[in-house]
Amino acid sequence: MAKGRVRFFTDRCKACELCVKFCPKGILGLDEEIINTLGYHPVNILHPEDCNGCGICALMCPDMIIEVERE
Amino acid sequence: MKVIARRPESLTEAKFHYCPGCTHGIIHRLIGECLDELNLRENAIGICPVGCAVLAYEYFNCDMLEAAHGRAPAIATAIKRLQPNNTVFTYQGDGDLASIGMGEIVHASLRGEKITVVFVNNAIYGMTGGQMAPTTLLGQVTTTSPYGRNKDFEGYPAKMAELLSQNEGSAYICRTAVNNPANVIKTKKAIKKALQIQQQGLGFTMVEILSTCPTNWGLSPLDALDWVEEKMIPYYPLGEFKVKED
Ligand SMILES: Cc1ncc(C[n+]2csc(CCOP(=O)(O)OP(=O)(O)O)c2C)c(N)n1
Ligand code: SF4
Ligand code: SF4
Ligand code: SF4
Ligand SMILES: [Mg+2]
Repeated sequence: MAKGRVRFFTDRCKACELCVKFCPKGILGLDEEIINTLGYHPVNILHPEDCNGCGICALMCPDMIIEVERE
Repeated sequence: MKVIARRPESLTEAKFHYCPGCTHGIIHRLIGECLDELNLRENAIGICPVGCAVLAYEYFNCDMLEAAHGRAPAIATAIKRLQPNNTVFTYQGDGDLASIGMGEIVHASLRGEKITVVFVNNAIYGMTGGQMAPTTLLGQVTTTSPYGRNKDFEGYPAKMAELLSQNEGSAYICRTAVNNPANVIKTKKAIKKALQIQQQGLGFTMVEILSTCPTNWGLSPLDALDWVEEKMIPYYPLGEFKVKED
């Protein structure tokens, strides 16, 4: 089981990639399959099982679309 | 599972209108978290600037007012003097604070007004399309300095934290940045400290925060973070410039 769990409000994501850059596990990326209502490819977690719940993605997200929980 | 991060109660549910990767949003969240953690949501009164943050009253879930361009410290002065038990903060850009509002900010500091100024320095006029600000760096290209800011023509960029730290009325003056996680955490601590020093009634408090404007700098959001590190921080050193002990 992953130690952390992230939840994204992807309709508000602006694809700035600040979370992607700073996730220490390198498990975030943009989902090129989807275009949200703002017109961006929103963030996606590629390996949820590796999330450690550190919260750094949420710390850096300018649009507050990330909620993080940890064991 | 324990909640590590979620939207603070001191912010509304409204969607930010800021450009992708603009760190105004990070700064809003940090203020919201500080108000939550100090239990100030019902007590705080914020004053918005004219600039990209002109709509911030839609985002903060506390009492908010809108000031004319640069005049937020004057309004904050009146509110704080009439309602001394409220925590009063302004949110101001560098055009707002250091250009048209230079007089208001300097005198609010000289008078030792017991307010907290959150000063967002992105080295440009963001809202109006990227004109030179008093804080624009030497050599920086803007729409009104198309060959780069030249000290012999436009003069030197204003170091507001250093300037205001010289005033007796200033109780807490600090400069931080929000270009990486460590600096974001330090910025939050500084905002909280400024609000606490205001509560202790020690005088004027300001946190200058180096922030990005990817749109008008013509950089991607990630490159804009590097620009803060490589260009802004060398000219605008981070740290506490004044801490008055009671
Ligand atoms: C009295 C007055 N003069 C000029 C303006 C035009 N104006 C609007 S915002 C702004 C500057 C915005 O820059 P800044 O304060 O740095 O905020 P930013 O958008 O960069 O966050 C100016 C000059 C105005 N609205 N009112
Ligand atoms: S909580 Fe930490 S590990 Fe998990 S996605 Fe966010 S930054 Fe990555
Ligand atoms: S930091 Fe926020 S807005 Fe930017 S890509 Fe990540 S989730 Fe989307
Ligand atoms: S113009 Fe600049 S400061 Fe204004 S919202 Fe866009 S990136 Fe942010
Ligand atoms: Mg500005």
